[in-house]
Amino acid sequence: MAKSKDSIGNTLIVAISVSLVCSVLVASAAVMLKPQQLKNEEEFRQRIIVDVAGFDLASADLQTLYGQIEPRLVDLETGDYFDGMDAEAFDASEAANSAELGLAVPSELDIASVRRRAIYGAVYLVKDGDAVEQIILPVHGAGLWSTMYGYLALEPDGSTVRGLRFFAHAETPGLGDGIDKPAWRAQWAGKSLFDENGAPRIEVIKGNVDDASPTARYQIDGLAGATLTGRGVQYLVHYWVGEHGYGPYLDRMRQEAQR
Amino acid sequence: MSDTRKIILDPLVDNNPVTLQVLGICSALAVTTSLLPSLLMCVALIAVAALSNAAISSIRNHVPNNIRIIVQMTIIASFVILVDQLLRAYAFETAKQLSVFVGLIITNCIVLGRAEAFAMKNGVGLSFLDGLGNGLGYSLVLIIVASSRELFGAGTLLGYPVFPLVADGGWYQANGLMLLPPSAFFIIGLLIWAIREWKTDQVEEPEHQIHEVHRTEAV
Repeated sequence: MAKSKDSIGNTLIVAISVSLVCSVLVASAAVMLKPQQLKNEEEFRQRIIVDVAGFDLASADLQTLYGQIEPRLVDLETGDYFDGMDAEAFDASEAANSAELGLAVPSELDIASVRRRAIYGAVYLVKDGDAVEQIILPVHGAGLWSTMYGYLALEPDGSTVRGLRFFAHAETPGLGDGIDKPAWRAQWAGKSLFDENGAPRIEVIKGNVDDASPTARYQIDGLAGATLTGRGVQYLVHYWVGEHGYGPYLDRMRQEAQR
Repeated sequence: MSDTRKIILDPLVDNNPVTLQVLGICSALAVTTSLLPSLLMCVALIAVAALSNAAISSIRNHVPNNIRIIVQMTIIASFVILVDQLLRAYAFETAKQLSVFVGLIITNCIVLGRAEAFAMKNGVGLSFLDGLGNGLGYSLVLIIVASSRELFGAGTLLGYPVFPLVADGGWYQANGLMLLPPSAFFIIGLLIWAIREWKTDQVEEPEHQIHEVHRTEAV
């Protein structure tokens, strides 16, 4: 008995059947739970948008709050609104990979390792009547380990930050995931994105920001032990508010706001 | 009957996997900053330990010796993925806080240790109970560590304020150290000390004694 248990034949049989049973178990669990997980992720994404917009999640349910935010599509090259597609149903990452709706980002401009982007981009507007109160842009880019996906909320002037929150990333737990910490996120409010010439200026520095310094309004504290994650955040903000990202749209909003 | 009792109750204090065997410390440090994720971690570990012990025990007479660890790991890993998927579907927010640590249950020495030491030699029912007991022993330590860290580090329990913080106009100055990983070491250390003062048979013999060498002897 002991001999047959350790025979090559039995070893193979046990190895194969254990793997088979386990893989069926794991695969069926993954498939069956997928819809619920996607629903959770979508809800979480909406919650992040609602939160970055500054709504109090305790004040009403998520659907009501999210309904107050108006999604629109923007032609990134011209900066004009594009109404040919449903903004909610638009899947930017799918479009980025398609031939008609996507384009490759030239490598010299691709500071955030975006590689491909869609020709349209979503914007989420918080309005008071007809006046735009906030502009929320979806942003993403490479961190240390992962692509970080988040939302950047701006004042209607298109250059003052109201908030930045990420909803998906896989940065180092305990170090890089400090980008989710309320204290770190809170610093973004009120910072300026662009210098006098309109070039992206905001930076995640090493160490802490000296509030007395004249450049403090462009600076965010670095995260100790997560230099590359912080740099990734800086670059992805630069890319998406820059000329190749939402820059033309933000220019237009700025001019409209001044008028 | 007393056998089953012993199997479940022994790992709580007398043979606790964390305080006596000093296993599973990594996750005990990482997930215990607040109580809610710790509770979820406990449930996840109890489920994995009990189910994988039962599964491994049920095929223990067929597993060839030379691949037994791989077979155990495969089964444990499958249950961990299963639990991880379930958490992501039904406890999304808290699962997000636990991030990689649910996946890391695979490498938790308690689970593999019980599979190898107990489930390979005992029946399905007993193995299930043994997994349950050891999971509970781990949970007990986790809950003690997490409650003290959250209480003294943030003044709350399960997110509800217990000590009003100075920052909010109360009297309690939160101890930031409690929210950092080393504090879990201190608490587990104190816990081990307390248990060994109470159950002196857990105190280990010193491995070596410092021998005083006289000058004349050394020469």
